[in-house]
Amino acid sequence: MTDKMIKKDQFMGFLHKLKNDYNVFIPAKEDDNFYNFTALGEKETFDFDYKNTRLSPKSFALPQSEKMFEFSLNKSDKDANILREAASDSSNTAIVGIRPCDANAFKVINANFDNPEFRDPWWTKHRDSLTLIGLGCNEPDSTCFCTSAGGGPFDEKGLDILLFDLDEHILIRPITKKGGKLLETADINQEADSSLKQKADEVKAASEKKISSHVATDKLKSKNALELFNASFWDDIAFSCINCGTCTFLCPTCWCFDIQDEVNYDQGDRIRNWDSCMFPLFTLHASGHNPRPEKVQRVRQRFMHKLKYYVDKYDNGIACVGCGRCVKYCPVNIDIREVIRLMNE
Amino acid sequence: MTDNPYLPYPVKIQEIITETEDNNLKSYKLTFLNKEDEGNFSYTPGQFCEISIPGKGEIPIGIASSPTEKGFVMFTVNKTGVVTRFLHNMEEDELLGIRGPLGNWYPWEQMEGKNVLVIGGGFAFTTLRSSIVYMLEPENRKKFKDITVVYGSRSPGLLLYRNELIEWEKRDDINMHITVDGTDDPDWKYNVGFVPTITEKKITTSEDTYAIVCGPPIMIKFTQPVLEKIGFTAEKIIMSLEMRMKCGIGICGRCNIGDKYVCKDGPVFSLAELNELPNEY
Ligand SMILES: Cc1cc2nc3c(=O)[nH]c(=O)nc-3n(C[C@H](O)[C@H](O)[C@H](O)COP(=O)(O)OP(=O)(O)OC[C@H]3O[C@@H](n4cnc5c(N)ncnc54)[C@H](O)[C@@H]3O)c2cc1C
Ligand code: SF4
Ligand code: SF4
Ligand code: FES
Repeated sequence: MTDKMIKKDQFMGFLHKLKNDYNVFIPAKEDDNFYNFTALGEKETFDFDYKNTRLSPKSFALPQSEKMFEFSLNKSDKDANILREAASDSSNTAIVGIRPCDANAFKVINANFDNPEFRDPWWTKHRDSLTLIGLGCNEPDSTCFCTSAGGGPFDEKGLDILLFDLDEHILIRPITKKGGKLLETADINQEADSSLKQKADEVKAASEKKISSHVATDKLKSKNALELFNASFWDDIAFSCINCGTCTFLCPTCWCFDIQDEVNYDQGDRIRNWDSCMFPLFTLHASGHNPRPEKVQRVRQRFMHKLKYYVDKYDNGIACVGCGRCVKYCPVNIDIREVIRLMNE
Repeated sequence: MTDNPYLPYPVKIQEIITETEDNNLKSYKLTFLNKEDEGNFSYTPGQFCEISIPGKGEIPIGIASSPTEKGFVMFTVNKTGVVTRFLHNMEEDELLGIRGPLGNWYPWEQMEGKNVLVIGGGFAFTTLRSSIVYMLEPENRKKFKDITVVYGSRSPGLLLYRNELIEWEKRDDINMHITVDGTDDPDWKYNVGFVPTITEKKITTSEDTYAIVCGPPIMIKFTQPVLEKIGFTAEKIIMSLEMRMKCGIGICGRCNIGDKYVCKDGPVFSLAELNELPNEY
């Protein structure tokens, strides 16, 4: 598959054409001035200068709340008390403008949700319906550290298509078969010329140089888990945490969920909802015993999971893609880069 | 299991047995609504299920029956919170669901040809019952040397499976040490004393022996040094852990100890394995 190009002023036309075959989502500024992925309507335009969405796009495959099963509790119904799988939408969806870090996050989560023993049916169905059209980052944010987390501002690993914003033109690079198919469907077939390709290389190299924050992760794998667990720095790290859970909800790789039954009169749903290891209820037993009653234990769990347990379990790098959301939005400025530095020392 | 590991098998309550005099523990014999599910449900002692009560939720419960007992699956449930309370109010013939079997099991292959010492306390005797019934099956009994059981509860009325305990007492292919913390029953024929104390008194050798230990944290805490004193190495002390759980299949992220998920990599661990993990359970 070869690089394609279109003029920038044709880009919205391309997206609208895509709507014939895909649900199309683009980053759009919401009332509160933050960007979030929004279904492309008539009034939206694509803003090439956006940095990243506040909420991560993980919700496309792991919705904050998802109905798993339905059931009737009405004894006169033939299937009373028997669960039926709830209908779920898995029609083709294109996420346009996703950042390479967030696309890599799908790979991080996938190792857990689609493993040799168990496949999560909702995750795999949603994941398969997505085509990820990434926008390389010409101007990385000050909190971005993707190059330290196995990625980069133009990293292709998690994407189906990568877009390069090159002034008047967009270079469109198909990466997977799925991406190639989407471009065919939308009749994107003008080959990129060599000067544009060269420009793409230059923009990429320049952007990588603009990443200002770096942190080494090379020793995490060989460190002893128990020694890290018992390290003396956790109290200091956790000191200011207010256990708000913001970090886990915004993080593109935090996947933990809860399962709850909700009943309305005699009809019910079994639903799964995002949960957070930052909350004491997460581990509370019915007996009252709690293996992680203290905040320091919960903060340690979040970082140990991402930076050590995951590393040991899946041999798939760290479970952080360096998007910087938790750094930016933590109300008390807890900085994972500093935690990585301490753990990797 | 079906393609969807979250979908329970529908089961019917065949029989409810009240186990303890305080009515807090009941055993449920469940039968599969669909015969083919019964064939697919093949388990090994030590495993557990998620019991699913539509409208209330799911809870992890150890399998108390043995795979050698056909026609039903049994669970013994302590009344504590939302789901267990609801279950305690259910009646025979009502429907619920079970998901499983889940998790690993006691190390049966390693224990073949060895002595097995079973130590249990309180209501954590469920998968131990499964194990004892399994080992006593004539086909299996030959595979193990001496089988010894130390089982205790606070008072005689709180012992689980009392009729079976008495049957086992009478047999000569299993050594039973039943004990209670205390009793004012003058006819009590068995031991009085805490499980660790009775273990120390009755168990004299660790030679060629595996110890399977299940009980409340306080019992485990005091039994462990006793076993070590008798000479058990950490590799041969086997324990079953509890953590709050949801998915039961290592996906929801709730039940980890270090890089292990208790629901999938456990619930059975040797003490040697636990010694390598953070002390966070
Ligand atoms: C592997 C395993 C085997 C078990 N075997 C047995 C058994 O044989 N008999 C028995 O009586 N109990 C057993 N338990 C404990 C039992 O799961 C809890 O008592 C039960 O979940 C309490 O649910 P509840 O809804 O009544 O309590 P609530 O406090 O209302 O619980 C609400 C939810 O929290 C979760 N939860 C609360 N406590 C626990 C806990 N200790 N373990 C796991 N999840 C919890 C459940 O998801 C539950 O739906 C076992 C636990 C595990 C992990
Ligand atoms: S966002 Fe910050 S304060 Fe809130 S739970 Fe995460 S680390 Fe703690
Ligand atoms: S841990 Fe923080 S920086 Fe890393 S992926 Fe999650 S939100 Fe982004
Ligand atoms: S219960 Fe979900 S990971 Fe163990």
